[in-house]
Amino acid sequence: MGQITLEKVTKRFGDVEVIPPLDLTIEDGEFCVFVGPSGCGKSTLLRLIAGLEDITSGVIGIDGNDASRTPPAKRGLAMVFQSYALYPHMSVRKNIAFPMKMAGVPQDEQARRIDSAAKALNLTDYLDRRPGQLSGGQRQRVAIGRAIVREPAAFLFDEPLSNLDAALRVGMRLEISELHERLKTTMIYVTHDQVEAMTMADKIVVLRAGHIEQVGTPLELYRAPRNLFVAGFIGSPKMNLIEGDAARQHDAATIGVRPEHIDVVDDGPWQGKVGVAEHLGSDTFLHVHGTGLADIVTVRATGEVGLRHGDTVSLAPRAEHIHRFDASGLRIA
Amino acid sequence: MATQHSRSAARFMMAPAVILLLGWMLVPLTMTLWFSFRNYFPLRPDRVPGWAGFSNFERFISSSAFWPSVQTTLVIVGGVLVITIVLGVALALLLDQPMWGQGIVRILVIAPFFVMPTVSALVWKNMFMDPTNGLLAHLWRFFGAEPLAWLSEAPTVSIVMIVSWQWLPFATLILLTAVQSLDGEQLEASEMDGASPLSRFYHIILPHLSRAITIVVLIQTIFLLSIFAEIYVTTGGAFGTRTLTYLIFQRVLESQNVGLGSAGGVYAIILANIVAIFLMRIVGKNLDR
Amino acid sequence: MARAVTPRRKALNTAISWAVGLLIFFPILWTILTSFKTEAEAIADPPLFLNFSWTLENYAVVQERSDYMRFLWNSVIIAGGSTVLGVMIAVPAAWSMAFVPSRRTKDILLWMLSTKMLPAVGVLYPIYLICIEFGLLDSRAALVVILMLINLPIIVWMLYTYFREIPGEILEASRMDGAGLKEEILYVLTPMAIPGIASTLLLNFILAWNEAFWTLNLTAANAAPLTAFIASYSSPEGLFYAKLSAASTMAIAPILILGWFSQKQLVRGLTFGAVK
Repeated sequence: MGQITLEKVTKRFGDVEVIPPLDLTIEDGEFCVFVGPSGCGKSTLLRLIAGLEDITSGVIGIDGNDASRTPPAKRGLAMVFQSYALYPHMSVRKNIAFPMKMAGVPQDEQARRIDSAAKALNLTDYLDRRPGQLSGGQRQRVAIGRAIVREPAAFLFDEPLSNLDAALRVGMRLEISELHERLKTTMIYVTHDQVEAMTMADKIVVLRAGHIEQVGTPLELYRAPRNLFVAGFIGSPKMNLIEGDAARQHDAATIGVRPEHIDVVDDGPWQGKVGVAEHLGSDTFLHVHGTGLADIVTVRATGEVGLRHGDTVSLAPRAEHIHRFDASGLRIA
Repeated sequence: MATQHSRSAARFMMAPAVILLLGWMLVPLTMTLWFSFRNYFPLRPDRVPGWAGFSNFERFISSSAFWPSVQTTLVIVGGVLVITIVLGVALALLLDQPMWGQGIVRILVIAPFFVMPTVSALVWKNMFMDPTNGLLAHLWRFFGAEPLAWLSEAPTVSIVMIVSWQWLPFATLILLTAVQSLDGEQLEASEMDGASPLSRFYHIILPHLSRAITIVVLIQTIFLLSIFAEIYVTTGGAFGTRTLTYLIFQRVLESQNVGLGSAGGVYAIILANIVAIFLMRIVGKNLDR
Repeated sequence: MARAVTPRRKALNTAISWAVGLLIFFPILWTILTSFKTEAEAIADPPLFLNFSWTLENYAVVQERSDYMRFLWNSVIIAGGSTVLGVMIAVPAAWSMAFVPSRRTKDILLWMLSTKMLPAVGVLYPIYLICIEFGLLDSRAALVVILMLINLPIIVWMLYTYFREIPGEILEASRMDGAGLKEEILYVLTPMAIPGIASTLLLNFILAWNEAFWTLNLTAANAAPLTAFIASYSSPEGLFYAKLSAASTMAIAPILILGWFSQKQLVRGLTFGAVK
């Protein structure tokens, strides 16, 4: 079991309110991602759930029990830190065994759980090494192993992949997703990378300045961002946000069109000159200037497109994919 | 950044150290302050103890021993500081150069710091500065000079020499650490700019060392103001080597004039605190980083 | 950055440095050599360097006449006891300041440092009086406590600077893993800080061993450590150079050896982290 509820949770550091009253429910077995720019309070929120920081007011419930004042050790949660936070003076085996030793798990049971975790994480050959002798990816797996053996109510991940290089990051992303499929345990995952959020989450919580901007499945956020902030944050490349006449034609203060929803046509409503064209093979990103709509309009054309710097293009947004926002930045349904 | 729980635990765990040091500071300090306003002769039943007002403070300053002791203190502290800093900078620069057996030379240079003060004082006094059998006397005679009775003819100079020998390693070690943290590229850049070795020393190395030098000066001053064993073992305060510390020691323990000695103690505490304030500023600034 | 230099330059550096190093070390070397001479050889003119009849007689005489072992034992108890006691008190305090800093932490650290600057002579009589009052004059217990107190600020500071280098996340991880405060300090912090704690122990042992104000003023026959033992050679035994040298060598040898291991920590410990 691992349902986590936050009711009117706030956090102040002195006079600064970093988390204004906030309500959120994370269901048992859910993979929930907190995403937002740096300083949005997502890590603080995770540390409040972990118990590493006190909440100023409100209630944190774990499986229906009030855990607001429970010390971290007693909450039954496991955490994987950005820096991995492995114990440098212990072997991998002892690192993984540490939480079980603290919980007083019998020796033979410890050995059994270490074996199965090591097998699942490809660590069997490294059990007697020190963390200092491992690569970044291996250390990350040890940290996950240490979390798994506790059989926690929920896993907390604090930007676990940001210290890895790009190739390793994609691999570890898959491993964590597979782990979730297998264990079906609640996971809360903090990241500033919206790609990680989109690919891994059952539920995404977008945060800004301690506020929840929107909660939903990845596709809900993609299809119907509730406001301009979410619209700009989710999706890559970023959604084009256009103000002025073009927006007024749609009875909105701002309209948003994702790059993949703009087609290069022979005779469209928008014209401009190609600035940089990024040829990825599978796609081509065109940065179009001089449309009079925005400084740059980004277009994602499928496949190889023979356009170069300086070419004039004509663009057509797909009408069914135009997002409309009012003057206060909220979505118009 | 922590929970209420860990904050109260922290307060609890800090308590023993804080309480002990608070007691160590306040109890004797209050007693010294109290005694300094009293007439108090523990071994003289004929002298009635009583309130003395500021008379101890006045008498301590106006006694004929006071100003000479201040002068001796200043000469010893100043002399040792100049010698250790100048030689320390030179040694630090020398030891920073590439050479064979650097580790061993470092050990040789540092060794005097680990010699107990009573040992170094006695060894210097008897085996080096003795006018008949001392090694320096042998050396003087070898060059045909009349051997010097160091500790009676040049007592303050002798003590400065002994104490400098003890503290030179400390200055050298700290300055060497500072020299080694100097950015090599900065020196190379100045070399490219055509700076001579001398101007490199004045414009780059010395400014870089200024912080370390300040710290050496302050820390050594605090320790040097209270040197005791070196005088106790060599001259016992005779021949004008009575420092302020030694004068107070004599008033309190030798002549058992506790009131007068305590007034002197209060002066010493004030003096040490003036130096301490400067040191704390530097250390405090460093903490913020 | 070590820059390439010509072998000639390097040879010159080596020669000068060794000459200066040996000159500074010479008084110690001379003491050690003299301790193996007979009294007559010790004052021979011209002085004898290595061409004398080596003897261990002086060491035997010193031990026999003045019971060196008893002083040594007092030194070990006083220096060791005060250091261990100090570290036991300082570890929790340094943990608090390094990992749960508050607005007052800096002030407390600086205040602790300021107690170190209290001139001993200013509080000599009160301490003397307190020792008499509690029957602790000339006792090892009194010196253990006093030397612990005068070195406590340095111990706290050194441990604090070492602890600050340990990432807080590791301690938080242990809390998440179910460790209480005791387990956190015992199983995670202390093992990680072993090198720092060891150097702190070492440096403070040396400082306590060499302390020569309180040990001279508060001891007589019973609790006197080596500092007082040597001071008793002040006169007239000091004129027996060979025996003085043997006694001195025995007093400094243990600490010279320990000191060589601690030269790096010396800078950190005595400058309160202000020079790195």
